Amino acid sequence: MSKVFIYPINSLILSDLVERFGHKPLSMMNQVREKVTSISLDSPPINITSEDPKVGLKYAAIEVPAGVRGRMALIGPLIEETEAAIIVENPPANFGCVGCNRTNELMKYLVRSKNVPVLEVKYPESYEEAQDFVNKIAEFLNSLPKENSEEEKAKEEKTAEQEDKK
Amino acid sequence: MTEIKKEEITKYIVISSEKVLPADAAMKIYESEFPVKVKETCFGLIVTGLKEDVIAVVEKIRQLDKNHIFIKDRGFPAGDERRCRASRGGGPRPGFHFLREEVEMLPAIGAALDELEAKESVKKKQKEKSRIKVSELEKIIEAELSR
Repeated sequence: MSKVFIYPINSLILSDLVERFGHKPLSMMNQVREKVTSISLDSPPINITSEDPKVGLKYAAIEVPAGVRGRMALIGPLIEETEAAIIVENPPANFGCVGCNRTNELMKYLVRSKNVPVLEVKYPESYEEAQDFVNKIAEFLNSLPKENSEEEKAKEEKTAEQEDKK
Repeated sequence: MTEIKKEEITKYIVISSEKVLPADAAMKIYESEFPVKVKETCFGLIVTGLKEDVIAVVEKIRQLDKNHIFIKDRGFPAGDERRCRASRGGGPRPGFHFLREEVEMLPAIGAALDELEAKESVKKKQKEKSRIKVSELEKIIEAELSR
């Protein structure tokens, strides 16, 4: 199972397809969940603390707008875990929380420069394009290794041991 | 001793099927008796609960029409006050616009998945046909030689 970075980072279609073909999508939703559902809320309502911009500083300089650094504080750690990536060009609605074009450019740049397999496809607008889109993604995902990496296996073994102890 | 809270997750089930309605899927979850919280929406369901339960429920629902039911994670739990429209004074919640755009494309993606599945089953059948057992091959050769 490979960890696949998806762009747009909150895409329903991409995250479903990646999971459907047996891999793990690295999406924004999991990062947000860790923030908003942790037991100790340090900074209600959504638990953004002063530590987050510091994490973001690793990816964007101090003169870069705070919004970019804040977003990168969530997205940056995902990019570090990335083993493969699917980037969709021209997604229909790039606004709201994922609408920061500078963050999106930086994110794509970091992924491309990571030397992992990257699939770049165009967002489909018709049935024919959708077929092409799904076929390309399926082919790409099937070409990725399905077995867990050694690090993951070690992690799983550790958690299993901890559960046994409980 | 401090009590460790088990991991709770939330998933969206987006239904773009001609056979299954969100209400049918919700009934299926109630029947399954998993201890999860379900919220019915215009596009499908939001399911919150313990990780194992939610994954099991979601897989069960996906099997109702697997190429036309789509699933993704959600950060906030179902009905969370920080996102719920009821407590924010109406209007679409943040994140809904992109979901709505993607939902419009789901029938095409579903049809593409159907086609992909059909192609794969044809390939499998062709592979099955091409395999001949050694004993069968021997029989064919003997039959040919005995003519």
